[in-house]
Amino acid sequence: MTTTDNSKQDVYADPSDTSQGKVFTVTGQDWDSITQGLDDSVEERVVVNMGPQHPSTHGVLRLILELDGETVTEARCGIGYLHTGIEKNMEYRNWVQGVTFCTRMDYLSPFFNEATYCLGVERLLDIEDAIPEKAQVMRVLLMELNRISSHLVAIATGGMEIGALTVMTIGFRERELVLDLFELITGLRMNHAFIRPGGVAQDLPPGALDEIRDFTALMKKRLPEYADLCNANPIFKARLEGVGHLDLAGCLALGLSGPPLRATGYAWDLRKSEPYSGYEDYDFDVMTWDTADAYGRFRVRLAEMHESLKIIEQAADRLAGLEGAPVMVDDKKVAWPSQLSIGSDGMGQSLDHIRHIMGESMEALIHHFKLVTEGFRVPAGQAYVPVESPRGELGAHLVSDGGTRPFRAHFRDPSFTNLQATSVMSEGGMIADVIVAIASIDPVMGGVDR
Amino acid sequence: MTPTEPSEERASDRGVEPELTDNPTGPTADKPPLDGVAGRAVGPNATTDLEKTKSEPERKLLDPSTDLVTGDQSIRRSAGTRTGMFGVSGTGDTSGYGGVVAPIIYPGDAQRPYGGWFDEVADALEARLTSTDLDGAIERVVVHRGEITFHVRRHDLPFVAQMLRDDADLRFEFCASVSGVNYPDDEGREMHVVYHLLSMTFNRRIRLEVTCPDADPHVPSLVSVYPTADWHERETWDMFGIQFDGHPSMTRILMPDDWPGHPQRKDYPLGGIPVEYKGGSIPPPDQRRSYS
Repeated sequence: MTTTDNSKQDVYADPSDTSQGKVFTVTGQDWDSITQGLDDSVEERVVVNMGPQHPSTHGVLRLILELDGETVTEARCGIGYLHTGIEKNMEYRNWVQGVTFCTRMDYLSPFFNEATYCLGVERLLDIEDAIPEKAQVMRVLLMELNRISSHLVAIATGGMEIGALTVMTIGFRERELVLDLFELITGLRMNHAFIRPGGVAQDLPPGALDEIRDFTALMKKRLPEYADLCNANPIFKARLEGVGHLDLAGCLALGLSGPPLRATGYAWDLRKSEPYSGYEDYDFDVMTWDTADAYGRFRVRLAEMHESLKIIEQAADRLAGLEGAPVMVDDKKVAWPSQLSIGSDGMGQSLDHIRHIMGESMEALIHHFKLVTEGFRVPAGQAYVPVESPRGELGAHLVSDGGTRPFRAHFRDPSFTNLQATSVMSEGGMIADVIVAIASIDPVMGGVDR
Repeated sequence: MTPTEPSEERASDRGVEPELTDNPTGPTADKPPLDGVAGRAVGPNATTDLEKTKSEPERKLLDPSTDLVTGDQSIRRSAGTRTGMFGVSGTGDTSGYGGVVAPIIYPGDAQRPYGGWFDEVADALEARLTSTDLDGAIERVVVHRGEITFHVRRHDLPFVAQMLRDDADLRFEFCASVSGVNYPDDEGREMHVVYHLLSMTFNRRIRLEVTCPDADPHVPSLVSVYPTADWHERETWDMFGIQFDGHPSMTRILMPDDWPGHPQRKDYPLGGIPVEYKGGSIPPPDQRRSYS
């Protein structure tokens, strides 16, 4: 729709009168036709529906902005466009299958979804102390790789939205390297379902440690590029500094965690305060900034990637000494019976296992059948084991009734909670700063809507 | 998981084999006649169906031969029953254990001392509640798997939360999560709301649990104490139909505004997948053949 004449034919984009005033559908390059449609008596207050399909709203987020000129007087979020009923679905699948569902929630940090779920299941099963060391180290390794890839997307898309396209291209370039590692280790670039109750799905493939070491060496050269491009860039700073301000009291009241909280100068990180998966054994620092704005959140994310590299290196060193160690809990009543392996025709059950259940032991076959079809029972009770995801506190509230399926699984997703700060971060500012403020929260709608 | 009282009318109603039991008298000795109602009336537990479901676990607690009671002497509460050794309902169970009826039992009340900082929190909270005449606000305390749960009386929730947030010895500044749980068999307390609170000052986590009956699904809102509860309570309303009194805008958040029903309730079906082949459709998972 570029001219008034064209718009007359457009049934979808025609202005229409409603009880709330005249409604226009703006599709770009049509400002003239819109201004022609307004008479002089119209008030300056405009309500803009931004999204749910908008390139700079991080997925299907709908923003309802009330504008006075270019100043936002009221900002509200409309969410739910990506609601898939994952929590409901999990109630109909057994505990192991739940991993396959929850990994799809926050699709930029799948390993964290899996980890918090599995830690909760393990707590209910009371096998937290029985998880093999190698599984713990592999979880940490994958989570930290995932933190890097997630932060890279946050910085890349955040940069793209303010016009810093180079930041976007190099961000996705590096993220691709991480996804290659994921593919090598888990077989998939996303939706891995690799962390399972009791451990991880399979051992590291040969050569993975070398690839990881090459990656960390390369990232140490590449990460400073982001700092060179952005940290002191006057345009970048002008767009980010002082935007989306939210201080510590505001963060706690609104439940914000993760980089927005740490950008207020408060060094709160669940990896330090409530260590899980053996994080207490790694040497790393909690990164903070003291400006409580979008720029501070960017700097926190950038600095955290360096810390993640430190953890990855330590984890790789530990894994080098754990070759051949078990990656699944010893309890055969919980451990997934088959061990997958990569064959010439892709990933499948290991031939050793098939030989065992089909040719050697009837009991093993029965056991395999029971665990795969029915699953294990989890004692009745509830658990909540949060982890520090790239976006903040991610926790799974799991309720079991003693059956083979979750009675209730609820995920406290940091994107969902942090997005509540949209109003306080944007109201009173310019409309262009709304984009920056939301990008600094880094919401992932798959996690918000679940 | 084996009931010692074999007079479950469910088992006899279905006319299936007696359940496994280590009761030496054997299950058939005092088995009620097949018209379960009459048989039940003459038994020592002449109760209604609902009462029976509730009273079962208490009865079992007195019998040390069951494996329901662990050594910690904690009293447990029940919410419903599970039938069949493999949890199968309806067809598909050819194991012969389909008549086994076992109560679902959740961890019960904890006894003092709770251990560690749990006692400090409980003491500080009790002191505050006593000084403000809210003695009975904490209905009971459950300690399970290293997590402490305070069951709070419904209408006292905002006061308790305010104390937890503001007291210098408690300082639960951060409300991490609000979620609903639907226990259809927990008579009179079908809807539960669970709050996870975090004290960053002391690095402690506690859980609050509030219940309300399905007939009166109202819980006071915590938005005035924890503004972050805004969206969480809206989600709980959306998914469970629990109304949070005092919430500034109790509207749906994930489902469309005109959606009928509340999807996460246990009586809300999952729904099947329509397949465009001669009217066939894939049934929802709970109606497919299943082993669990």
